[in-house]
Amino acid sequence: MSAARTPDETRTVLDSDDIARALTRVAHEIVERTKGADDIVLLGIPTRGVYLANRIAERIHVIEGRDIPVGSLDITLYRDDLRRAPARALLPTTIPPGGIDDKIVVLVDDVLYSGRTIRAALDALSDIGRPRMVQLAVLVDRGHRELPIRPDYVGKNIPTAKTEKVLVHLVEFDGDDAVRLSGEPGEGS
Amino acid sequence: MNRHLLSAADLNHDDALLVLDTAAELAALTDRAVKKLPTLRGRTVVNLFYEDSTRTRISFEAAAKRLSADVINFSAKGSSVSKGESLKDTALTLEAMGADAVVIRHPASGAPDRLAHSGWIGGSVVNAGDGTHEHPTQALLDAFTMRQHLAGGKGDLAGRKVTIVGDVLHSRVARSNVLLLATLGAEVTLVAPPTLLPFGVETWPCSFSFDLDSHLTSADAVMMLRVQRERMNAAFFPTSREYSRRYGLDVRRMNLLPDHAIVMHPGPMNRGMEIAADVADSERSVIVEQVTNGVNVRMAVLYLLLAGAQLGEPDGSDRTAEGTAS
Amino acid sequence: MTTYVIRGSRPLAGSNVDIVISDGVISAMGTDLVVPADATEISAHDHIALPGLVDLHTHLREPGREDAETVRSGSQAAAAGGYTAVCAMANTNPVADTAGTVEQVWRLGQQAGLVHVQPIGAVTTGLEGTQLAELGAMADSAACVRIFSDDGKCVHDAVLMRRALEYVKAFDGVIAQHAQEPRLTEDAQMNESALSGVLGLRGWPAVAEEAIIARDVLLADHVGSRLHVCHVSTAGSVEIIRWAKSRGIDVTAEVTPHHLLLTEELVRSYNPIYKVNPPLRSERDVHALREALADGTIDVVATDHAPHPAEDKDCEWAQAAMGMVGLETAVGVVAEAMISTGLMDWAGVAQRMSVQPAVIGRLAGQGRPLAVGEPANITLINTDVPHLVEPRALRSASRNTPYAGRSLPVSVWTTFYQGELTLNEGVLVSQANQAGGSA
Repeated sequence: MSAARTPDETRTVLDSDDIARALTRVAHEIVERTKGADDIVLLGIPTRGVYLANRIAERIHVIEGRDIPVGSLDITLYRDDLRRAPARALLPTTIPPGGIDDKIVVLVDDVLYSGRTIRAALDALSDIGRPRMVQLAVLVDRGHRELPIRPDYVGKNIPTAKTEKVLVHLVEFDGDDAVRLSGEPGEGS
Repeated sequence: MNRHLLSAADLNHDDALLVLDTAAELAALTDRAVKKLPTLRGRTVVNLFYEDSTRTRISFEAAAKRLSADVINFSAKGSSVSKGESLKDTALTLEAMGADAVVIRHPASGAPDRLAHSGWIGGSVVNAGDGTHEHPTQALLDAFTMRQHLAGGKGDLAGRKVTIVGDVLHSRVARSNVLLLATLGAEVTLVAPPTLLPFGVETWPCSFSFDLDSHLTSADAVMMLRVQRERMNAAFFPTSREYSRRYGLDVRRMNLLPDHAIVMHPGPMNRGMEIAADVADSERSVIVEQVTNGVNVRMAVLYLLLAGAQLGEPDGSDRTAEGTAS
Repeated sequence: MTTYVIRGSRPLAGSNVDIVISDGVISAMGTDLVVPADATEISAHDHIALPGLVDLHTHLREPGREDAETVRSGSQAAAAGGYTAVCAMANTNPVADTAGTVEQVWRLGQQAGLVHVQPIGAVTTGLEGTQLAELGAMADSAACVRIFSDDGKCVHDAVLMRRALEYVKAFDGVIAQHAQEPRLTEDAQMNESALSGVLGLRGWPAVAEEAIIARDVLLADHVGSRLHVCHVSTAGSVEIIRWAKSRGIDVTAEVTPHHLLLTEELVRSYNPIYKVNPPLRSERDVHALREALADGTIDVVATDHAPHPAEDKDCEWAQAAMGMVGLETAVGVVAEAMISTGLMDWAGVAQRMSVQPAVIGRLAGQGRPLAVGEPANITLINTDVPHLVEPRALRSASRNTPYAGRSLPVSVWTTFYQGELTLNEGVLVSQANQAGGSA
């Protein structure tokens, strides 16, 4: 239970070691549940999902001694909230050479919240090919789903209030590794 | 980005790069099996063409359809437009039909500005070529093509040398290209007989010359503009023979270009007039590629203008003051 | 006739006096006047009193384009603008190139009764520039035509122009030339400049005006005739006219209010409300025109009032008609361009907008001094109330004003035409009567 915080204050919920441990655990779970990760493709959702996908692929390489195909899947063109903000720049979509047909695609994102991003990602995937199975790995599940979507691998469940923000920093993009909460905890935290 | 794309001058450096980068991402997506994207589902794009231009219309139509927009083609031929219906009444009809964007090609310079600022319609207006004024999406696709060949497909065109040759006076392609290429940092030289350079060209953000040969050896790209033979009758040049001798791109002139230089033409070409057939069909020619890139660039423009929230119009609506002598 | 007393106005911005009007003339001026008991009082304290304004260049559109303007609606616009005489241009349909047509227009003006409508006759039959119209017949008609013009088109044939200049000497006529070399201005859309190049609009080069003016002043000199140059729009034209006057050539020139205030920058909007012929020019031209008007090189301000129905302006630039309405805004625009800038005083305005135009047009009873015994054609200007231009409030049948929403520094308050009120405190008297009659 947190003490009273001002809205501007941030609270670190995962530090660099926590993130490393969480990703290692997720990597093990993927290997275990896909029975050796033989035909998986990791697709990160830009921006931070792509770095997380790369880190998970490195860990699977350590475990299994094999290179795992990693790509990125931009979902901007499939968003259902485009009209709520000025048009956004597109981010790269790169599908590994082997494609995704008949593969197990593991979508990787930093935070799972409403589920709308993943809905868009599923639509985007279906325009690219037909995977055998699609799974979802996230670093943080903060709750408040608005669609029937459930993650297969979770680094950390963090109960939040809707008024709070989850800030994920990764070394590759932000210079440090941390997950922080900011804003008013409010009811139901 | 502004709500409309009327002139290449509407795009600042960031906007121009955003369009080109977006077009590059979209180009990557169009290699896949399912080319269609759901992004503009439920949006209506009207192609309002007062001039025959099958190429441009098809390019915009393909772009809008790949983004899942509903497309209505409204051509001046065989419609009420040719029976004397005014641009205003046509615009009001399109507005009533719920057009989110109007792509307009018109023989009168400024007709897209009129459409955008008269209050007749609420949607975005894209200039697909107006009179002898501008053709901004052509300039964008030309810049995209140059960037692919001369800048590794990234960033701007700083320091690249582009020679634009021909009937600059009547060319909307040249006007838009000069503005956009200057924004992107390229060094543009216009080459034409003095009769085919516009009054005041010395105030444009480019240089100009009457001699073609001296502007080929250091050019990274040379763009040949269409020259209509009929201009001869208005004494812009004596004969088409003399024109192509002095300003046509033949094989001898092409061989003056550096190895990496590309040859461009907005089409349709007058083979044998401004460009020799051997040059148009040579390996340096990127003319077919320009057509392909046109669809991606137009998708990018439609996406950026239409996909996001419609914002208030940031144009200088207080036009009264600026034309008054003090 | 009603007797009026105008209280406290300032003739040509001089000291405050009262003016008594009876039987169509100024019967007394001064302070502490004995005024007939039944005189109608017009309160005009500190208002500038000018001789009734005279417009040498008005398009009344009747006959032919009564949807744009009629002689009556144009007369109302003129009265509202402080005018007591307007010269109606000949480019009607049919063209005013016969005694019959000019007499028709003259009679319509008499019937309207708000201003003196002086028809201008065409120089050539049908404005076609090939054959002289019956200039003498028009001069001898009831309309007493003295100004002849093909305005809208240039008399570009040098021989025809020479003959016209010579021929009208027989009845003290003047040729008012629309100076525009036709080949240099084919399909021209705006001033030829760096801006026309950028906007992709066909240019109307200054030389197309200047070349004709240069030719015509030399012709006028050669044959010893009187020449009037319509709507001078360029600094180069001013130089040529200045040179011609210094040589003693009998040339006069007019400038429009819009060329004194507006520049080609407005064309950037592609809004055809700014499309006019000759086109709006550069700031440099505007300043040269203002100086020329101030120093007398340009003799008069003429409106080139050119009404067009909305549909002829609510369209693409290239398709739009050329021209602006100007009668109701002329004084305000001249005040802004010339008085507010200190280039001219109200006595100058009287010269340029009343006295000189009446002399050039040979209009008897117009442009006369404000003095006892003179015809009571008087315009009162209220310098305390700005004129906020509202197109729908215009009395012209057309709304194509480029000044919509603009505030001009003065208002035309009251107009007397031949001793009768035509405009009272900004309201047309005929309208006020109609409103009163129905009450």
